[in-house]
Amino acid sequence: MATAGWSTFDHGADIGIRGWGASLEGAFAQAAVALMSLMDGSWERVQPQQSFELQVTSYDVEGLFVAWINGLLAEAELRKMVFCSFVPTIAGTTLSATVWGEPVAVREHEWGVEVKGATFSELFAGRQNDGWAAQCVVDV
Amino acid sequence: MDTSLLRRINAYCWEVPQQGAMRVPGRLFGSGALIRDLDDMVLEQVSQVAALPGIVRASLAMPDAHWGYGFPIGGVAAFDPDRGGIISVGGVGYDISCGVRTLRTGLSKEDVLSVLPELVDLLATVIPAGVGRGGQLRLSGSELDDVLRLGARWAVAQGYGESRDLEYIEDGGCLSGANPEVVSETAKKRQQDQVGTLGSGNHYLEVQYVDAIYDQAAAFAFGLKEGGVVVSLHCGSRALGHQIGTDYIQILGRAAQKRSLHLPSRDLVCAPIDSKEGRDYYQAMACGVNCALANRQVLGHLVRQAFAEMFPLARLELLYDVSHNTCKVEDHDVDGLRKSLYVHRKGATRSFGPGRQELPAAYRGVGQPVLIGGTMGTASYILAGTVESEAMAWGSACHGAGRAMSRKQATKRWKGKSVLHELEHRGILVRAASQRGVAEEAPGAYKDVDEVVESTHHAGLARKVGRLRPLACIKG
Repeated sequence: MATAGWSTFDHGADIGIRGWGASLEGAFAQAAVALMSLMDGSWERVQPQQSFELQVTSYDVEGLFVAWINGLLAEAELRKMVFCSFVPTIAGTTLSATVWGEPVAVREHEWGVEVKGATFSELFAGRQNDGWAAQCVVDV
Repeated sequence: MDTSLLRRINAYCWEVPQQGAMRVPGRLFGSGALIRDLDDMVLEQVSQVAALPGIVRASLAMPDAHWGYGFPIGGVAAFDPDRGGIISVGGVGYDISCGVRTLRTGLSKEDVLSVLPELVDLLATVIPAGVGRGGQLRLSGSELDDVLRLGARWAVAQGYGESRDLEYIEDGGCLSGANPEVVSETAKKRQQDQVGTLGSGNHYLEVQYVDAIYDQAAAFAFGLKEGGVVVSLHCGSRALGHQIGTDYIQILGRAAQKRSLHLPSRDLVCAPIDSKEGRDYYQAMACGVNCALANRQVLGHLVRQAFAEMFPLARLELLYDVSHNTCKVEDHDVDGLRKSLYVHRKGATRSFGPGRQELPAAYRGVGQPVLIGGTMGTASYILAGTVESEAMAWGSACHGAGRAMSRKQATKRWKGKSVLHELEHRGILVRAASQRGVAEEAPGAYKDVDEVVESTHHAGLARKVGRLRPLACIKG
């Protein structure tokens, strides 16, 4: 496994997102990139023009990962933004993050799929091999 | 799937024997070929649902079943509140009340073919479709609360459609029990510009013609005749439903942890129907259903406006509107007693037979229309509900073809442009918001809808009435 990275994976009617890194926060941030890659085919061109703070809580670390992905989906829609950079910090079962991106209206997008929500399916968040990983299936 | 694990009841019904933590057996409906092609995960999910508290009679999977989260897509289960029954987010899905609405146009295929390119371009302009595309409506908080309480009745009161429409929507266009107070402000804010939008993924609007009639009496009751043109649209509760799902998967997850409720899968987070969390989720889910019904009512109005521009004399009448992802309180016979059960249908259509009081008077003699969506390039079907389905499956049937291939596999195999060209070569005009979406939704990525419908018909879950062929499609 590379030091940090992301991928998507197959799942029946839906699709999975996975991130990994040297820390749990790094894995969460990479998985968020995987999420953006599903939603916007031109996500690599997104610029960090604006930022905002996001805080989510849950009752355990895996639930926190689901809450993180769902928090990003809600913010993307409410702020009409696409994201490119994520700096989360985790304390227990609370995650606070600075998220960077640009307004949707800035340019043309190669829209991908509309992600409805993160599920508990294929859910994992924790240590894996020499690093950390986080993954789940998202409903599309 | 290894069919030796199953007990064959008949050619179209297979039993998963009760074992381990299962409280009831499982029942899979479908031909031998469909059952053999099923993912093993469907069997696992059907067995896990069978282990949930208060489940009645059996955990069911319709002929279009495939691997979902929690329940399989195509999963049906009823729970008895008097026996500790539960309500589950994974038994409804995130796209609450995703469903199909079909309108008769009164036009013939020949009428429409002469102006099809102009018509599809006009529909693509007036129907907001695709990721991130809002609609024309901007609703205030109190207006949204009205949408959630009143569903399609709100839309009709605002001038979107006709009061006659309400009779031809499940639950008269408004599911009772909705309480906007248990829906988060985030969910409401996300929905402010989403009423009257199609969305993306497998959502679509199709112009179709009737190319076969199988049941003349039911077709007459439904107003269908060969060569007649109908419009079908498939969409759900949009962002509001998604947010209700994401909110309550956490709320019910916490509640399950607090109660030390042992769940066979974390995706099956649930709460007793008779608990605060369970009641709150039901009331929020009912808001999601009403939001979807209002959404399809507004979209139906936009379709009518577009047709009025091209065909000023055409009168589009609502044939019916069905929901796929729901939990509804319904009366059914259980061991000779009439019981109120919480029937979860996740990717399954209600299929009530003749005589049910819930049906419009015009259809009460033939059964409920069951609207089965195909894909952009294959047939769709209209079936009628049966009395047998009520005995076998709480009055349920399939909802579409069902995926045979993952989205990732589909995008590896097909390119959006080539799919569009092939469909156009076959005379089917498609306007799509996303090329990737077209590839993911390529007709070849789905099961054979003809076989799914044959299985549904022969299993007795619903009976075939008519087959529809696509002329044009607006893809979200």
